[in-house]
Amino acid sequence: MRIPAVKLSAFWICAAVAVLIGIAVTIFDVFNINTFIFFAGYVVLQYVVLATAWNIMGGYMGYVNFGTAGFFAVGAYASVVLYNLVQAPLALMIPFAGVVCALLGLAMGYLTLRLRGVFFAIATLAMAIVLETLIINWDYVGGATGAYILRSREMAPFGDYVEFLFFVMLLLAIFAVAVARWLELSRVGRGFTAIRDDEIAAECAGVPTLRLKLVATTVSGFLMGVAGAPFALYVSFIEPSSAFNLIYAVNAIAMPMIGGATTWLGPLIGALLLGTVQQVATVTISSELNLLIVGVVLVFFVIVAPEGIVGLIRKWWRPRK
Amino acid sequence: MFSVDLLLNALIAGVLLGGFYAAVSLGLTVSFGQLNIVNIAHPAFIILGSYIAYMCNSLWGLDPILTGIIFIPVFFVIGAGAYRLYYESFERKDDEALRGLAFFFGVMFIIEVALIMVYGVDFRTVQASYIGQSWKAGNIGVPTRMFVPFCVSIAMFTVVFLYMSRTFNGRAIKAVAQDRLALQLMGADPVKIKQLGFGISIGTAALAGALLIIIIPVEPSVGRLYIGQVFAIAVLAGLGSIPGTLVAGLILGIVESLVATFFGPSWAPAVAFGILLAALAFRPQGLFGR
Repeated sequence: MRIPAVKLSAFWICAAVAVLIGIAVTIFDVFNINTFIFFAGYVVLQYVVLATAWNIMGGYMGYVNFGTAGFFAVGAYASVVLYNLVQAPLALMIPFAGVVCALLGLAMGYLTLRLRGVFFAIATLAMAIVLETLIINWDYVGGATGAYILRSREMAPFGDYVEFLFFVMLLLAIFAVAVARWLELSRVGRGFTAIRDDEIAAECAGVPTLRLKLVATTVSGFLMGVAGAPFALYVSFIEPSSAFNLIYAVNAIAMPMIGGATTWLGPLIGALLLGTVQQVATVTISSELNLLIVGVVLVFFVIVAPEGIVGLIRKWWRPRK
Repeated sequence: MFSVDLLLNALIAGVLLGGFYAAVSLGLTVSFGQLNIVNIAHPAFIILGSYIAYMCNSLWGLDPILTGIIFIPVFFVIGAGAYRLYYESFERKDDEALRGLAFFFGVMFIIEVALIMVYGVDFRTVQASYIGQSWKAGNIGVPTRMFVPFCVSIAMFTVVFLYMSRTFNGRAIKAVAQDRLALQLMGADPVKIKQLGFGISIGTAALAGALLIIIIPVEPSVGRLYIGQVFAIAVLAGLGSIPGTLVAGLILGIVESLVATFFGPSWAPAVAFGILLAALAFRPQGLFGR
């Protein structure tokens, strides 16, 4: 099945428009947007990356990763290490954090993916807590008390530093979605789908299941690490309990589930929607209630709308055609 | 630093802790090991049990263990209901791998956040006559707040073990994950049997939660730490083996107590997960696995 050329360009046109809007609002301050919007927007885009990364493992292949927070925090702490060592700039931190987490993902996959899928899920949960314990006991990166990272107040030509981080995260989000989309539409993606539908049948048909699963954990880990890399600069004070917060793991699962886990569009829609709602709810209502909403919405969607929003739209679309 | 007294104390504490861990994991051995339901939310139900014990204790001065026993039927009904929902939504459609896991994860999160909203993130404790005493023999002390839960754990363990091995329904629970069709031919409804099993599994959480809050102060998010312990024990035991659960619980309790004594308590959480990762990597069928 060849992918129609029109569809391909439509995706890239949207991506280019997003970048242009990003440049317009950050560098040229077109709409004169309040800095807080960038603060909140950064978080939403960060969730686009995390949800997309989770979906490569969870949505395409049906392997649930509960350790998103662990990968995210390792990415963030990899940046802290690099910063402490050589005062590295963000442009170096991001690939470094990505590679560290890719290796972590590969190791996780290698240890557990030969077993039943559920063991992978439990092992990821375990991994997040082991890593948190290690970081708490590692004084070089601040241990349990945390570490400060100094960032410059401004960043030419972006003006405020947060605007710069927002723009970086926008590029990362586009990159993540593009990678996920490319995997999905390629031969690899069809292999993933075969594994999700019936792993034994796929194995019998000659799909290299273990190798494909390792590719998925590695890519997924890389993207999660990349999402975490600017975190220390964003908050300027990093400590284990905020970096390993369970909310990252919950959101990374809830967003693709709500959006629709079988396509790249699902986590994107889910993250933009749920992420924005959370940001608004944190300001206007309380942050605990907002967490409760995420949990309830997640349970509601997995029971009532297993295909997510994308699935619902497809269902309404088809009969009219 | 090293002394025999310290070692003995750590060993005794480890055995007492291990017995309690085994009781905490018992529910998961039944649900995960025997019924093949990966209930990530099990520790959250335990914490719910702890808070019920705390509430009854602080309002009416009820004994936590008594509260735990009273609430076993309530939790049993909750568990049976939860299984029904799980069955209708996921298991019947053969969709438990991804959505079933996400479902329990969501349930865990909801319980945790709801408890935070009601009680806040402060640590809570209970009052009872046997808390705060200890028996001494030379330099070796046995705190009763560990000893009483240990005894109750072993009692609960024995009851569940006897039920599972001696009664028709108990044996049916063991059989249901292995061969549904054969069970149906014996005249038992697999869904009802699994409902019963899951109810028992959640029922044990009521008492285990009460024991937990006797041993240490509890706050809503500690449940997540216990995910490591309960899954480590359930996997190490060899899924579904009840005697294996006791042995694995004791092993974990002793190792954790030794690590906490000789390396510092901040390393203790990593022990369970370390054992879990090692067990998954090297011996996924567990110590008593088939």
